[in-house]
Amino acid sequence: MTAGNRFVPTLLIVSAGMFAAAPYIIDTAPYESTMGLVQRIFYFHVPNAVLMMVMSTVCGIASAIYIARRWPKADYVALAAAELTVVLGVIVLLTGPLWAIKSWGVWWDWEPRLTSTLIMWLVFSSYLLLRRFGGPGSELLAAAVGIFGATLAPFVYWSVNMWRTLHPKTSVLPSLPGPMAGPVIWCAVAFVLLYTAVILLRVRLESTRATLERAFLLLEED
Amino acid sequence: MSLLGGAWIIARKDFLVEVRSREMIYTTLFFAVSCVLVFAFAFVPQGKPIPNAASGVLWVAIAFSGTLALGRAFERERQGETLRALMLAPIERASVYLGKLIALLALMVLTEALLVPIVGLLFHAPLARAPLLLAGLLITGTVGFATVGTLFAAMLVRAQSRDVLLPVVLYPLTIPVIILGVQGTGAIFAAEPNLALAGNALAMLLFFDAVFVTLALWTFAHVMRD
Repeated sequence: MTAGNRFVPTLLIVSAGMFAAAPYIIDTAPYESTMGLVQRIFYFHVPNAVLMMVMSTVCGIASAIYIARRWPKADYVALAAAELTVVLGVIVLLTGPLWAIKSWGVWWDWEPRLTSTLIMWLVFSSYLLLRRFGGPGSELLAAAVGIFGATLAPFVYWSVNMWRTLHPKTSVLPSLPGPMAGPVIWCAVAFVLLYTAVILLRVRLESTRATLERAFLLLEED
Repeated sequence: MSLLGGAWIIARKDFLVEVRSREMIYTTLFFAVSCVLVFAFAFVPQGKPIPNAASGVLWVAIAFSGTLALGRAFERERQGETLRALMLAPIERASVYLGKLIALLALMVLTEALLVPIVGLLFHAPLARAPLLLAGLLITGTVGFATVGTLFAAMLVRAQSRDVLLPVVLYPLTIPVIILGVQGTGAIFAAEPNLALAGNALAMLLFFDAVFVTLALWTFAHVMRD
């Protein structure tokens, strides 16, 4: 327990340090010739979009484990991942249009990747609504939503390659020039550390809440 | 008893109840038609429909009336207090799910048989251009919608505020299916039809159906075990 107690603050401090350094690191990357300053959104937009996909997958796998095995811990992880998916969705769906207006000249376009990111965001928002208003037993229902939502995630990733689209292809990432790849990786690692800490905290909070609820129910019975 | 044998018994029970009461068929058909009429008032100004409105109207009407039927299908079991009996039946859990799904699909296909000509008439949609492709899109799209719908309607039956939560959960999950359906039928109905695109949508709908059916069967068997 003590190791766990020290692990989260360490993650938070390291990621805070990395975020503080991030503007300077990003500044070392070359100016993109056509988009200029706006291209810098890339260094936050892409890691968040990738992590949104990862979080939805984590939620799906944890939900499947919960449905099959009924381990409460899996349910807490699924809940934390779903909440994070929704938050990351907000970040991605806000930074995306800011970039799009500059590079495509429109805020939004109904092309497959934008549409499917929005769909994913809706699915995981409905997951949270279900948990909030479904009453007792809604964890199982929500877990089913999580599984279905996560199967849509690969579809989001490949949709961009299947249809004709405005959004840059996913093959852009491996082909980035070195001076641009460094800052992306830096930001991605900072976000991974931050979100890992958030998930761990959220799981701990949820399990404490469940313990408290059990204790309360026992007290009522007496 | 085999999986499909059990499913057939459940579906036949639902057909029988429906034939005697005709509750769902009348209400669903009436709702679907009035839904299309509202759209016709909005999207057919001066007798000329807005281009490409037909496919969207058709699928929205299918989704809305399907949701109505879904809510009713399990509400009836709950009101009659037959839910426990259904779960205690000496057949596989997957059979219960499949039986309910078959009954719902029959109802939705019947609704579509009425909806499609009405939409064709009011929105001047060329129904005879590629009838087989159109039927394929409708059936695969309906299967995709109904598989997810039956699963969540069944699980929501004991939840609080289930009437609100069913569409809240169902629409985001089935949006990909509905988009593909709209895209496919729109490509058939368009002034310059693109049958290759419609065929593509049909193939992807088949893929979604396979994924949804597999997931739904697995989830239903595990969730409904207690």
